[in-house]
Amino acid sequence: MSDIDLNTYAQFTWCPGCGNFGILSAFKSALKELVSSDKIKLENVVVAAGIGCHAKIMDYVKLNNFYSLHGRVPPPLTGIKLSNPSLIPIGFAGDGDAYAEGINHLIHAARRNSDIKMVIHNNQVFALTTGQFTPTSPEGLKTKTSPEGCIERPINPLALMLVSGATFVARGFSGNVEHLKNLMKEAIRHKGFAIIDVLMPCIVFNKVFQFYKERVYDLNESGHDVKDFNSALAKTYEWRDKIPIGIFYKTERKTFEEQILKGKVLVEDKKIASIAHIINKR
Amino acid sequence: MKEFSILIGGKAGDGVRRAGNLIGRIFNRAGVYVFVHDDYPSLIRGGHNFSVIRVSEKRVYSYHNELDVIIALDSETVKKHQNKLKPKGKLIYDEKLGEKVKNGLAVPLSSMVEEIKGIPIMRNTVALGVLCHLFKIPIELVGHVMNEVYGEKAEPNIKLLRMGHEYAEKNFDRIKEIEVKKGDKCLITGNETIALGAVKAGLKLYIAYPMTPATSILHFLTNHRNDLDLRVVQPENEISVIIMALGAAYAGTRTMIASSGGGFALMQEGVSLSGMSETPLVVVESQRAGPSSGVPTYTAQADLRFVLHSGHGDFPRIVLAPSDIEEAYYKAGEALNLAWKFQVPVLILADKTLSESAMNVKLNENEVKYEKEKIAVPSKDYKRYKFTNDGISPLSFPGDKSIVKVTSYEHDEFGITTEEPEQIKKMQEKRFMKIKAMIDDLKKRKTVDVYGKGKNLVITWGSSKGAVIDAVNMLDKDVKVLSIIYLEPFPTWEVLPLIREARKVVCVEGNITGQLAGLVREKTGFEIKDKILRYDSRPFDPVELANDLKKVFK
Repeated sequence: MSDIDLNTYAQFTWCPGCGNFGILSAFKSALKELVSSDKIKLENVVVAAGIGCHAKIMDYVKLNNFYSLHGRVPPPLTGIKLSNPSLIPIGFAGDGDAYAEGINHLIHAARRNSDIKMVIHNNQVFALTTGQFTPTSPEGLKTKTSPEGCIERPINPLALMLVSGATFVARGFSGNVEHLKNLMKEAIRHKGFAIIDVLMPCIVFNKVFQFYKERVYDLNESGHDVKDFNSALAKTYEWRDKIPIGIFYKTERKTFEEQILKGKVLVEDKKIASIAHIINKR
Repeated sequence: MKEFSILIGGKAGDGVRRAGNLIGRIFNRAGVYVFVHDDYPSLIRGGHNFSVIRVSEKRVYSYHNELDVIIALDSETVKKHQNKLKPKGKLIYDEKLGEKVKNGLAVPLSSMVEEIKGIPIMRNTVALGVLCHLFKIPIELVGHVMNEVYGEKAEPNIKLLRMGHEYAEKNFDRIKEIEVKKGDKCLITGNETIALGAVKAGLKLYIAYPMTPATSILHFLTNHRNDLDLRVVQPENEISVIIMALGAAYAGTRTMIASSGGGFALMQEGVSLSGMSETPLVVVESQRAGPSSGVPTYTAQADLRFVLHSGHGDFPRIVLAPSDIEEAYYKAGEALNLAWKFQVPVLILADKTLSESAMNVKLNENEVKYEKEKIAVPSKDYKRYKFTNDGISPLSFPGDKSIVKVTSYEHDEFGITTEEPEQIKKMQEKRFMKIKAMIDDLKKRKTVDVYGKGKNLVITWGSSKGAVIDAVNMLDKDVKVLSIIYLEPFPTWEVLPLIREARKVVCVEGNITGQLAGLVREKTGFEIKDKILRYDSRPFDPVELANDLKKVFK
């Protein structure tokens, strides 16, 4: 395990103490454990990200990557999986990225059960653009663009993912790296669309570390049935004194790619089709 | 025989387009040249659809409005097109319409269909039977085509065909006898040849969101996904289309996408991402009349500047506009090969007229070949953006020991983000070094079409070339036609000498601002003063165009 080196020469430009470090650390550990237990091959891992603080993770991991555009994380992942089904496409996106700019892609990827994994760095603000509200900002949050407090009702991303047909829906907390690592391992090994919404503070624009730390509890240690859709949905609305983290829902369904490809591996298919039956017939 | 034109018209739902295509196939089988144009409004049932089938001894590339036969499935067709009928032309119509029609051949289309308990859409089959008589086409030939097109449902149609034929034999004189030879071509549309050309160059994945007039590529490749050995995906919108395609190409699959102007507008960030990440991509932009939703099912050539400048920032690209249905096959294959050779976005400009019209052509299956891209030896030290002499960094795909990092950010050779001015400058220059390699390559390929001779020069592009050639053939003057296929990199080496030789130059194109004329001036310094522009969303009519050219070259 120690000989797996995932580091690059890129300098970290996240703020010291940023929640992103927790996510990066959980991800590296998850990969190392999966690789050293022969569950996956490192060269098959392809990561993608949108644009924002979260996305700098691309430069910090020595892995195949498609550093995409703001909001456009699910589409390239689906393209990658369609091209070569042995690859394991894993996307990272911010809350602005996934739930504002690119929310349509997320819904459709879930609906299709595209065999891709999404990790959402949900800090409830646009941080790299220096602090504006996002679709997950709580009502009343003061930001540069909501000086009197946010007037929009926040989205419930996990409920949205459940009703969209996601087959693996989970929530993590950047302050609980060990727990998040295990969630990532489960998500990566899940066949189908998996999403982990990761609660994290932005130490500059949304200082909620203590708020989360006092409230989060492990759903899977309190008798929740991950196969029960309705109870999973109900749990996504629990957001007051206690905030559940863990796997909310997990089910199996045919993936988009296996239904499209029907066993074909496009990237290995070098055969050029004949067109004679068309051009000689009419 | 020389040439003649047939128009079939009716309501959407009357099977007009299908019948038009069938007539085209019949004449194709009879060994003559055919051009089929479909005109239909943006609706599903009702309205007025028509197809014009132009048949000729010589190759023709367009249609015009001097008709020899009209087949009217409704009275609207009579009203709308009667005035285009030549003095000796004939108008086949359904007896049931009642009224007497000048030059009319009343045929009990509806009664015959009722007689065999058929459905109203079969009326056009009876009319086909009449047509066979008028041009002395063997009924067996038509029956054969019907078997191919209708399969098991051919039988009642063949019966109606014979009934129409018998009725015509008894009641009408023959118009012309065509000499039937064995046809060796296929009747095919531009969208179909684009698709086939790409397939021969290794297309394995086609991704698109429906938009007229690009949709028929999506339909065609979906229908043929198994026999053409590829996969087709229809994502949620055009943004997803282009980014998904880039993901697939990054992972090593030759991918193509298509849309019209509106959908392509949504793809802009993806074009730029293809440029920055050097991910190969072919986009077909089939133009329709804009701006905005415009006139969805009609034609235009007004997106030239848009496509040339698509995507933000500076990056090398290739833009080409095949100018006829046959050329579209070879050039689409070339486009896919060039995209992978140079790792740039390649944009194919088509338009409604090229995409949806049909012509009978003989395609050479083996002339489009998969040209291999530059591939790196797998290595732990692989650098996706390695500096090379020609700016082309060998490709590698995820899944082996190379780590392949592609990115939308400015980057170093490995693909790690950079904000260092020296690195940024070097990487920009690396990408633009490819222009020289691209020009060297294009100099070995056909970048322009030149027809005819003389000091009078018509410059045109895309599907307008067809009407220009047909118009020039109607003139009794020497006129040279230059159709520019590659718009970027611009083939100055071909264009400039021709302009220098010319006494008079006129530009013919389908937009109001003279976009090609402007490009020619930008690239050659030559200002084309005479322009013939059409922007009523209809293609050039060669007869009208011949008159306009006469005035310019007097």
